[in-house]
Amino acid sequence: MATTLPPPRIDIEREPAPHNGNRGGLGGLVPADGELRAVKDPRGEPTRTGIWVGLSAIAMMFAALTSALYVREGAATDWQPITLPPILWFNTLALIASSIALELARRRVAAYMLGRETSRSAATLWLNISLLLGVVFVVGQYLAWLKLRSQGLYLPTNPNSSFFYVFTGVHAVHVLGGLGGLTRVVVKFRSPARSLRRSTIDATSYYWHFMGLLWVYLLFVLWMKL
Amino acid sequence: MSEASAHVVHHGPPTTFIRKHVFSLDHKVIGKQYYALALVAVFTGMVLSWIMRIHLVWPNAPIPLLGALSKAGAPGGIVTPEYYLSLMTMHGTLMVFFVLTNAPFAAFGNYFLPIQIGAEDMAFPRFNMMSFWTTFIAFCILVAAFFVPDGPPMAGWTSYAPLSAVGKDAGPGEGLGQTLWGLSIFVFCIASLLGALNFIATTLDLRTKGMTLARMPIVSWAWFITSCIALLAFAVLMPACLLLILDRVAGTSFFIPSGLNISDHLQPHQGGSPLLWQHLFWFFGHPEVYIAILPAIGIVSHILINSMRKPMLSHKAIIYCMMGIGFLSYMVWGHHMFLSGMNPFSALVFSFPTLMITIPATIMTLIWLGSLYGSNLRINAASLFSLGFISMFVSGGVSGFFLAQPSIDIYLHATYFVVGHFHMVMGVAAIFGVFAGTYFWFPKMTGRMMNERLGRLHFWLTFIGTYCIFMPFHYLGLAGNVRRYSAFTDDFLVPLIPIHKFITYAALFTGAAQLIFIFNLIYSHAKGAIAPANPWEATSLEWSTPSSPPPFDNFGGVHPVVYHDPYQYGVESSTGDYLMQASPERAGETP
Repeated sequence: MATTLPPPRIDIEREPAPHNGNRGGLGGLVPADGELRAVKDPRGEPTRTGIWVGLSAIAMMFAALTSALYVREGAATDWQPITLPPILWFNTLALIASSIALELARRRVAAYMLGRETSRSAATLWLNISLLLGVVFVVGQYLAWLKLRSQGLYLPTNPNSSFFYVFTGVHAVHVLGGLGGLTRVVVKFRSPARSLRRSTIDATSYYWHFMGLLWVYLLFVLWMKL
Repeated sequence: MSEASAHVVHHGPPTTFIRKHVFSLDHKVIGKQYYALALVAVFTGMVLSWIMRIHLVWPNAPIPLLGALSKAGAPGGIVTPEYYLSLMTMHGTLMVFFVLTNAPFAAFGNYFLPIQIGAEDMAFPRFNMMSFWTTFIAFCILVAAFFVPDGPPMAGWTSYAPLSAVGKDAGPGEGLGQTLWGLSIFVFCIASLLGALNFIATTLDLRTKGMTLARMPIVSWAWFITSCIALLAFAVLMPACLLLILDRVAGTSFFIPSGLNISDHLQPHQGGSPLLWQHLFWFFGHPEVYIAILPAIGIVSHILINSMRKPMLSHKAIIYCMMGIGFLSYMVWGHHMFLSGMNPFSALVFSFPTLMITIPATIMTLIWLGSLYGSNLRINAASLFSLGFISMFVSGGVSGFFLAQPSIDIYLHATYFVVGHFHMVMGVAAIFGVFAGTYFWFPKMTGRMMNERLGRLHFWLTFIGTYCIFMPFHYLGLAGNVRRYSAFTDDFLVPLIPIHKFITYAALFTGAAQLIFIFNLIYSHAKGAIAPANPWEATSLEWSTPSSPPPFDNFGGVHPVVYHDPYQYGVESSTGDYLMQASPERAGETP
């Protein structure tokens, strides 16, 4: 294995660098009395990283759709303004309220996991309220579509209605995914095995808050451009 | 290797056949599944290219079995002009999505990224499994287009609107076949996004003790950078496919302009923008080029350092160059659209960053060549294919200089010059990276060595063959030979037919040479020599696993500790001229 070249200068540390693995993730999950109220959380950090990565992809998707809207608007003269169904404003309030309820729930769940609270009822109540408001939002969006249909505005009627259905439809699909995640959190939190991970509810809540922010942004674009 | 911490598993070892080999959560099995799918796709795509090449030079020769596949597209086995376009579309789609994205990135990345960073699996094994099977569904949807009544789509792998958007009126294949294309790519986007998410979270969060970002091997960096590119690129293609499908099935007008009359039928659409599709597609399409090539750059760099037995001049510079290429890849999509009728000033804006990409590409090439100078290069199939990669990358890249300039591209864009350019720099170069990776990592993946003599024979035949195929394309393009045509319709093209015949012979010959690789792959898997633990005397963590192939948790219940930078070659140690990353030897020495 000899080489004709002199050995290169090598950089060897005295000690290995600090652990970057982020395994464990047990911080904040074990209460003072030592009773483990939630399962071990070896994937805590990947879940949090993963949700941010996923949200950036969703943001990129809606950025692409927004740019498509602007290009399409400039491409032709068939842009025909539509009146946004008033129920959208109610839906917006429902989604924001759902987000606030989930944040309150998340703090209660954390307090329970840390042993500061002994009862799960308050956290469960806020989780259920959040879930219910999320369902209200989706139903409200469906009513908004019915309203447009009653005005004769279907998906292919004009570019404005096309973009309205695409924006709200793609967002609703993501909201339904969030509702699935919320339901999973509720089921896991209430299960006797208490298998909810802190990172799971954190990631779900980040996703849900993002859905709220995204909707506010979309509503602004729809209100401004359609 | 020493034990760092208590072992934490993501999932237990598989117990049933289905869990072990089909719906497996193990990143290694999933990597192999991606590889197998890419192999099926590449041979399907290659056969399609053979049919096209044969039809070009012997237009009246019946092709066996083709008539049975499509009575309308190839009556009596003779390809119609429309079916030629369908073959071209399916060839491009299969190769770009299911081969060039799957093999160097998803297949090798899945198998080796977790091992190289010392993890026991990907961050989200279930997402990983879903990612592969979603890709498989996308593949099935695409291939199903061969068997629908109108046949496969003919709008090209770029599926330009309005041809791709208006439906049956646009010709055979533009009915259900084109819809299946859009659906397939939509599903493929979902799979790729899941994969990219997994790669990023794994790299950032599952590195073992001592494995800092700076200590990651080049190829792990390449997979990480590629996954960042893929995340943003596929997130744009997915809504674009959605809008395309809506134009086709729901009557919307995103991409179809007013007053379009096709086949004497006024299209019931108005106001759409065909350019919008091109913008959205190429915003994905150009980064896709780097999704194919960056993992190959990482693989060959990794192999070359090992073969040279000394560090690169600067392996970190290669990582920075890959980052630079990834960043620039989002600023150059318009260079595919110089002929689209967009504002000529925007062509200049896209031309400048395109030319800038040559800077990191040239730096990387100079580092490879400068590092090779004076090294004791070990010649084997893996290092030969790595050298072949550099050759293809440079040969194909040089023609990029020309095409990056609007004034030259306007003449060359619709010709075979572009076909030669992108096949060499993106297609063949990336495939050479896959071959290099296969010969290098086969011992780790199977526990057996590939036959070296057959490997070298495979290299020389492929290397010479691919040059014979793709270099003449440049000449054809300069001579004005338009691409995508199924026949030589102009007199000035007739003198070029002998060159086309030469290319067809070369394509048949080079394709046949791949049977050597397949034989080697199958034979060595079954009867190859048993591989030593570290046959290439390499340093990175994949060679520190307790067995080949590694156990389901990769390191046999322990986590390795990393003490060194990834490429400690040319140093004196108890193992020879290298220090493995997980070796504590000399860890306490003063540099």
